[in-house]
Amino acid sequence: MDDVLSFVFLMFAATLRVATPLVLCAMGGLFSEKSGIVDVGLEGKMLMAAFFAAATAAVTGSAWLGVAAAIVAAEAMALLHGFACITWRGNQVVSGVAINILAAGLTVVLGAAWFARGGQTPALESEQRLMPLFFPRAGDSIPVYVALASVPLTWWIIERTRFGLRLRAVGEMPLAVDAAGISVAWLRYRAVLLCGLFAGLAGAYLSIAQNAGFSRDMTAGQGFIALAAIIFGKWRPFPAFGACLIFGLLDAVAIRLQGVEMPGMGEVPVQLIQALPYLLTMFLLAGFIGRAVAPKAAGVPYEKEH
Amino acid sequence: MSAPRRPLPAWAEIAALPLINIALAFVTVGIIVRIIGVDPFHALRFLVLGAIGSSEAIGYTLYYTTNFIFTGLAVAVAFHAGLFNIGGEGQAYIGGLGCGLAILAFDHFLPAWAMIPLAIAAATLFGAAWAAVPAWLQAWRGSHIVITTIMFNFVASALMVYLMVNVLIAPGSMTPQSRNFTASGKLPSMQEVLAAVGIQVAPSALNLSIVLAVFCCVGVWVFLWHTPWGYELRTMGHNPEAAVYAGTSIKRTTMLAMCLSGALAGFVGVNELMGVHQRIVLDFPAGYGFAGIAVALMGRSHPLGIVLAALLFGALQQGGAELAFEIPAITREMVVVIQGLIILFSGALAHLPRPWLQWMLALFASPRSGEVPAKRAEG
Repeated sequence: MDDVLSFVFLMFAATLRVATPLVLCAMGGLFSEKSGIVDVGLEGKMLMAAFFAAATAAVTGSAWLGVAAAIVAAEAMALLHGFACITWRGNQVVSGVAINILAAGLTVVLGAAWFARGGQTPALESEQRLMPLFFPRAGDSIPVYVALASVPLTWWIIERTRFGLRLRAVGEMPLAVDAAGISVAWLRYRAVLLCGLFAGLAGAYLSIAQNAGFSRDMTAGQGFIALAAIIFGKWRPFPAFGACLIFGLLDAVAIRLQGVEMPGMGEVPVQLIQALPYLLTMFLLAGFIGRAVAPKAAGVPYEKEH
Repeated sequence: MSAPRRPLPAWAEIAALPLINIALAFVTVGIIVRIIGVDPFHALRFLVLGAIGSSEAIGYTLYYTTNFIFTGLAVAVAFHAGLFNIGGEGQAYIGGLGCGLAILAFDHFLPAWAMIPLAIAAATLFGAAWAAVPAWLQAWRGSHIVITTIMFNFVASALMVYLMVNVLIAPGSMTPQSRNFTASGKLPSMQEVLAAVGIQVAPSALNLSIVLAVFCCVGVWVFLWHTPWGYELRTMGHNPEAAVYAGTSIKRTTMLAMCLSGALAGFVGVNELMGVHQRIVLDFPAGYGFAGIAVALMGRSHPLGIVLAALLFGALQQGGAELAFEIPAITREMVVVIQGLIILFSGALAHLPRPWLQWMLALFASPRSGEVPAKRAEG
């Protein structure tokens, strides 16, 4: 009995551990998408943040300075995205792709130049990392709790505050917001900055809490899985959180099932489980599991009429 | 920044603006190189020498260029239809799978003259099929093609890892790669072809695929601008409602554009697997699919522009490798940074230099004639 309990507990902890960056990224992405700014660049923001968190923690020896650097780095990317998409009304997808590619290259270039370890940062000591608070085996570092708290917080901001109301309005019909005398650009900039904040935390978690240092491409598509979770949750915080947990559980199961024979069906390919979040999201998008409707103005630059 | 965009003279629109965009990207790269502590001009010299300094270097530059032409065209064809295909990476991957499967199945029986066209056909077919699913989902089910093509990249990657590790791996091999193709599954290298007509060049990875790339460019140009289907495709890209009004089927044209796009991306598999590796390997698309976005943006989605942009990217890829060799502080990923910046400046921030350029033009033109509308009613 104890074995079963501890297995369930460890599985739950593993799910939460894997889901934490997804949850943080998804909540950040929600703000951006709700305001009408599509964010394909979550992956790049998170990668950039992960690198600067580990690099700063390694140089200064302080995990919290690492977190601060991660947030600054992600916010810089977020501002770049905002500058291109809001101020210059550029294509949001193109800007997001640019940020992803830029981050993939820049982290390795800077890492190799500064630490001369082929793009990796030095391995971090435990005092340079965010360590588990209560359960050492579960890995419950502070960002895990922040991620859990971020879901009701996001819901509250979006659904229950004046800012959230305007945010939703600007994502559905910016013209109405503009006509009411509220700045569309400033609202969207705030949304994009919130997105950067969460993506920065997610990146810091990856490199200085979950792992002990940065390695190239360590986000490995998690930004896109977070994007999938937003869609899967139909652009609502709690369902998106649920999607993150499902995707996290899939990942935790995939690690457990490696090389295990299942009764009746043989060995389950790990790659299939890894591809499941994407396949499920495609099924959803195809309208086979309900309908996912994006904010109406998402992806459309707002142009004031003259 | 809410002033409406005013048109520029044609030469500025076609030449000056893109060149300024690229210049901005390179200035930014120079600053990054400076931050790393390397003299940018010193680095540039190694880059240029590495790209075109020898017969071998030119061969490799052109070999990389070939890949960029394929993926650049792939993105451009979709762009013309108003579709954003981010799935070039996955389509190239699956295209290579088709190419490899055809060769693994038939290379023991078929001679090269039959094997090569068959493998190329398989590559384009598989690439097109991989693009057809997101296209179908967009056309019939209304799912957004940007998201679905991104998802399909990951699915392609997972599928390939599964196939290479569990199914196609050569017996006794430790690394996940297939058995070697026999001689009939090999695309002749440019060195052999040129030697046959008496021209001596240094050996490199350059192979006949570059000829295919040139054919593809001409083909895409003819298709887009000189056939009714190309006309329908471009009409849909400009104004879907007008296209519907003119009797174009949006669904069919979406399928056509995406399948063509996927087929073009599939050619990367031909160049990489038939031309160079001579077996199926993992991760051979190596970012070419994403770089295709940069190539198409920079080349303004025109085949000629794409060739020029692909040449630049090929030179960067090859020169970047040499540069990383000469200056250890700079790694090959510098090329990836450049690609990202070009997508940023030629794509998302494409209109950044516009007001400045307008101001310059107005400054030069206004004293002589009134043809430049210096002032327009504001508000």
